[in-house]
Amino acid sequence: MQKGLKILLLILFAAIMIFAASDLPFRGDPDNRMHAERSVNNTRVIGNYAIQNAYRDAHTPNIVTVILGDYRSVDTFGEQIVIYTAGLITLLVLRRTRRLGRSSAL
Amino acid sequence: MRRQFESPIVLLGARLLSPYIMVFGWYVIFFGHYSPGGGFQGGALLAASVLLMRVASGRRISRLQIQEFATTPLAVVGVLIYFATGLTAMAMGGYFLDYGQLPIPGLEPDMLRYYGILIIEVGIGLAVMAILIMIFDNMVKGEDYG
Repeated sequence: MQKGLKILLLILFAAIMIFAASDLPFRGDPDNRMHAERSVNNTRVIGNYAIQNAYRDAHTPNIVTVILGDYRSVDTFGEQIVIYTAGLITLLVLRRTRRLGRSSAL
Repeated sequence: MRRQFESPIVLLGARLLSPYIMVFGWYVIFFGHYSPGGGFQGGALLAASVLLMRVASGRRISRLQIQEFATTPLAVVGVLIYFATGLTAMAMGGYFLDYGQLPIPGLEPDMLRYYGILIIEVGIGLAVMAILIMIFDNMVKGEDYG
């Protein structure tokens, strides 16, 4: 009974999602409304520029790669530094815990 | 982690899978210009191929791959590839990480940006792989591993 109710809820949810997704705008179209909007400073948003000029700037068909690797490369560099710092902190914390445990056992 | 027994079937399966996962990781890194992919995802796949051997086999066999002391220098090299690319562009008269100024002769600025993105993706992949392996090695060190 309860399992049937769950499956029914899942199917309903999937139906709502599919119905909503069928109304989404076409991906990568520069004439979409979200790319034509203006920010609070009345400047154009970056989406339209990226779609129209990404291939001309970097000769890369994947717009996301151009944005992550070229337009926002300093941001990606910061992400890499975050991962590197996380790894170093893991190293420091785990090694220190092990050394303390050994000294307390002796 | 519990003590592992040498199982030839598990070891054979891991040996069969690991190179293909590693090749797929490099594919994801180098094909990020054309399809979904990039340094972070490819680095995670490379780490998966190495960690599969570490989990499946003992310490004796897994040392034949990337050794434990080599992970921290690899992470540093990965970060330095990215940073040196930016500094090189800055030294040649551009902004930081402006790939159009990289000193590779005979290429237009758009192709320079193409290769600049590729270089930094390889750096990201190396760093992510080394750091994931480093975390695993630090977690299992001192336990019954191998």
